Amino acid sequence: MDNTFLQTFKIQGGNIYNAGKASTEIKAILKQLGINARIVRRVAIASYEAEMNVVMYAKQATLTFEVSPSQISIIVDDEGPGIPDVSLAMQEGFSTATREMREMGFGAGMGLPNIKKNSDYLKIESVIGKGTKVIITLNVN
Amino acid sequence: MHGEFHTIKFVDDLCDGHMHCMRVCPTQAIRVRNQKASLLDDRCIDCGECVRVCPNNAIIAMTSSFKDFSKFKYTIALPSPAFYAQFGKDTTPSLILESLKKIGFNDVYDVACASEAVSIAIQEYLDTNKSPRPLISSFCPAIVQLIQIRYPNLLDHLIPIESPMEIAAREAKNLKMKETGLKASEIGAIYITPCPAKMLSIKNPLRKKHSFIDGAIAMRDIYPTLLQTISQSNGNHDIKDIQGLGLGWPIVGGQVACLKAEDCFAVGGLTDTVRILEDIENDRLKDIQYVECHSCPTACVGGTLTVENPYIARGRVLRMVEKYGLIPCQNREKIRGLYQKNFFSLIGKISPHPVQPLDEEISRAIEKMQKKQDIHDKLPKIDCGACGSPTCLAFAEDVVLERVMLDDCIFVAIKKFEKLSSDLLETVLRHSEKINSNIKMITS
Ligand code: SF4
Ligand code: SF4
Repeated sequence: MDNTFLQTFKIQGGNIYNAGKASTEIKAILKQLGINARIVRRVAIASYEAEMNVVMYAKQATLTFEVSPSQISIIVDDEGPGIPDVSLAMQEGFSTATREMREMGFGAGMGLPNIKKNSDYLKIESVIGKGTKVIITLNVN
Repeated sequence: MHGEFHTIKFVDDLCDGHMHCMRVCPTQAIRVRNQKASLLDDRCIDCGECVRVCPNNAIIAMTSSFKDFSKFKYTIALPSPAFYAQFGKDTTPSLILESLKKIGFNDVYDVACASEAVSIAIQEYLDTNKSPRPLISSFCPAIVQLIQIRYPNLLDHLIPIESPMEIAAREAKNLKMKETGLKASEIGAIYITPCPAKMLSIKNPLRKKHSFIDGAIAMRDIYPTLLQTISQSNGNHDIKDIQGLGLGWPIVGGQVACLKAEDCFAVGGLTDTVRILEDIENDRLKDIQYVECHSCPTACVGGTLTVENPYIARGRVLRMVEKYGLIPCQNREKIRGLYQKNFFSLIGKISPHPVQPLDEEISRAIEKMQKKQDIHDKLPKIDCGACGSPTCLAFAEDVVLERVMLDDCIFVAIKKFEKLSSDLLETVLRHSEKINSNIKMITS
């Protein structure tokens, strides 16, 4: 069986100060593994956006990061309001961010489309009132 | 080549293993083993922070000395504009330049004015070029190296414009060649540097083969002689006042102040710079045009080889800018023309120099990463540094890479010792019980 490395991170909703910590750590790990810089950047952008979605909308989440020689996967499982219409949320520019969030530069409606652009596979499972699970994978080669 | 040359050197005989350097190194490039500090070459960015804190002066910055210049027929001193702020308030830049001539340089050339020209070139580049944003200043060699080793994705963001130091040296040499008839190789352009990092960009210039600078003298080395000459001068000098916004370049925000673009900002110090670079890498600052980054928290006025308190020096720069900054020293149209003729452009790519991965082979690297995490879980995570690695995580990595043994961690060693001694005690007790019962058997 292939070697895999797995690490989980807790993300707190509303905690702007710590936002981005998990993706920074993920990035450092991938660089140490010698993963191609372009892929590292795509992972960084995708995981950062996923993390920001939690910070902006959810109560909390667990981010599970797993890397094998062929694949990188990031699963963000949050406790939050859920997304009523996933395909609508996937459209560029669609956002439910509040004015304050936008003023801080978040939630310009780029979140999910940006994740899609920077991943090889994206799956979103959402249950209203319970939470959202975002599954992102990228191929290493 | 990167990794083979650094501008700092550890002098083993002077090192007592105090670990000050290990604790401040922003890239965790220092280890202390057997009470001697040593360098992990692939991580050092030549920022000089370690030179600053060593209580024994056991880390030296490899700048030039005067005797290195005896081979030149003619020498020109080019002080970094940060040098102008190292003296008292009555000591004007022109007096400093004049005094440099008195202590033995054949001529001097002002770099502040070249900085103003470079600022205009940056503006032109911003206005006419569509390369990825934000552009990042490329004038602090420590920052450029940081990007080479940790942010290879951002190399395309480094602005491909020649530095003021290089522009000034090229101009100064051309002028002197015409004036004296000497060959370029006979004229030595000598930078007066605030940091070892600049020495690196002289030895290994980016995007070109040779620097126009032939060597660099540390500010703190030349300061005492110059101060003496200045104090003996009557204040008269032939050199005209140094003017222009370039005077502000050695402080944080100095470059940005010369630009008209609104979406620019400046950052000083590696901790904050790393945060900004992370943001750029995460695609968060695409609306920003230009970021000015300095490795030193107060930029070059507080470089590791400067003399004055950086905040006092900064105050002096601000006053200089107030007094002389608003009169331009360059003709904008002329500089634009030069820009179009590629006078400022640097072509070619900067190569990345990522830190060695845990293993060349990815599957093994993953295995080692898992091991590193397992080891880290066993450590107290208090980053005490007693093992000679800067953090518990760095120690875990050093164990995985077989640089050290796990029980070099004092906490692991104590646990091991506790276990050993309790095992020993148990054995002793067991044996003594046996002996006692044997004795009983014999005596009964
Ligand atoms: S020069 Fe800077 S990066 Fe290099 S060892 Fe010293 S503190 Fe670390
Ligand atoms: S900020 Fe200036 S003095 Fe400090 S390392 Fe960079 S170039 Fe040198």
